[in-house]
Amino acid sequence: MNCQKCQVRPATLHFKQVVNGKQTDLHVCEVCAKENGYMTYPEEGFSLHDLLTGLFNLDSSKIDNIHESPFQQVKELKCPTCKMTFSQFKHTGKFGCAQCYHTFSDHLDPIFSRVHSGNTRHLGKIPKRKGGKLHLKKQIADYRKRLNTLIENEAFEEAAVVRDEIKELESKVKEKKDGDEA
Amino acid sequence: MTYEQFMDKATSPWMLKNGPDHDIVLSSRIRLARNLADKRFPTVAPSEELEEIMEFFQREYEHTPYHDNETFHFVPMSQLSSIEKRVLIEKHLISPLLTKNKETAASLISTNEQVSIMINEEDHLRIQLYDPGFQLEKSLKKTFEIDDWIEEKVNYAFDESRGYLTSCPTNVGTGMRASVMMHLPALVLTKQINRMIPAINHLGLVVRGIYGEGSEALGNLFQISNQITLGKSEENIIRDLEGVAQQLIEHERLQRGRLLENLGTRLEDRIFRSLGLLTYSRIMNTKEVAGRLSNVRLGVDLGLIKNVPRNVLTELTVLTQPGFLQYHAQKTLTPTERDILRASIIREKLHEVE
Repeated sequence: MNCQKCQVRPATLHFKQVVNGKQTDLHVCEVCAKENGYMTYPEEGFSLHDLLTGLFNLDSSKIDNIHESPFQQVKELKCPTCKMTFSQFKHTGKFGCAQCYHTFSDHLDPIFSRVHSGNTRHLGKIPKRKGGKLHLKKQIADYRKRLNTLIENEAFEEAAVVRDEIKELESKVKEKKDGDEA
Repeated sequence: MTYEQFMDKATSPWMLKNGPDHDIVLSSRIRLARNLADKRFPTVAPSEELEEIMEFFQREYEHTPYHDNETFHFVPMSQLSSIEKRVLIEKHLISPLLTKNKETAASLISTNEQVSIMINEEDHLRIQLYDPGFQLEKSLKKTFEIDDWIEEKVNYAFDESRGYLTSCPTNVGTGMRASVMMHLPALVLTKQINRMIPAINHLGLVVRGIYGEGSEALGNLFQISNQITLGKSEENIIRDLEGVAQQLIEHERLQRGRLLENLGTRLEDRIFRSLGLLTYSRIMNTKEVAGRLSNVRLGVDLGLIKNVPRNVLTELTVLTQPGFLQYHAQKTLTPTERDILRASIIREKLHEVE
């Protein structure tokens, strides 16, 4: 049987409608059913917020499974500045303050990665405030240390990534210098 | 001058200039989310802390001259009536969320209405800038200048690896949402848009109707914006968005040409019928107006209608929204009263240009 609406696709959905005691049968395909509002999809009306909260919770179940009981304190992570706990964050999907990012730091990569197509690190504008260059230099120093450790451990693939990141940072320092002179 | 200047006219001064590709791209917008380093985010901070932040921005930035003698006016949500708030939302000068934090939120709005700095929305600051037409790169440059200007007096919440820290993880990194507002009647009429939206979504961009709810795009107006804010520089995000918008512009132009060729008089009839209905009707709801205005705009773009300036169409889009109508009437109106007033305002405007 073909769909009664488009007459092209096969009817895969069958409805019985009773209006004032009179019964009508309706045979339509999924496309037409959706178009004519015969079906409601659970994902419709699903807000981005619901979606995010879902993602976070998915993530937490993973963490819980991996760590099991000795690491139950994962749940007790609490931001010292705004007092937000990790489970509160997962529930609301919103951080309470800048410090939260450091407090929950170890658990954020999977969340950011999902929300931002695999990305977890910022590439882009840097505040112009004083000491910005110093920040960068400090970061470069930290990365160099990490690079040395990685080379010692013969983790060359990871080392190459860090080396590229150092290059990126060094070019940023250079840009800042140029900017200062101009 | 008070905040009332922002409500007298439906068209913002910046809209009066024609931007690049203005036959299809009505406006470009950049929004940056920023937070102060040592304060709790507005979603959890106590009112006293938020009031302090509001006072600081009023003290430091209100009436402070910025570029081209532009100054910012401080508009606290607590001083606006519910109709006034609606008007500012319809003009896109503030967000619905800002009006919910009524005692602790405000906006610094520039005289030409191009820039609005919302204070204590979801983040401490939401800096937004509009430009006419298709010019995201320029808009980004200008927004960065404002960002730097604000930063002279505040310390932003920023982390070397995570970037600008925001209340919601969907904004972290650049904190930037770039978007273009596009009028795509031919892609809608030929149903091509349905095929294109999923493809665009795959590229990490979001397409949604500007007016109307859910997937419905009233008046064939769409907003295309970036979804990803982390791991890509602002310039790259914009380049990707521009690439897609450029494709849409080309397809829309192609389809407009084809429609004109294939439908001929039938397309003309559709366009002029809409103009006739707008010019003479006595009752019109929002949905109908949006569709008719879209047809007339297409007629203007195709050179079929010569006496109606695009600005009047833009003005009518905003002027016929429920908030504006009630502001105009200075009272709350029932839906039927609104439909009657709406039709009368449109008639008046269109008779003026005839």
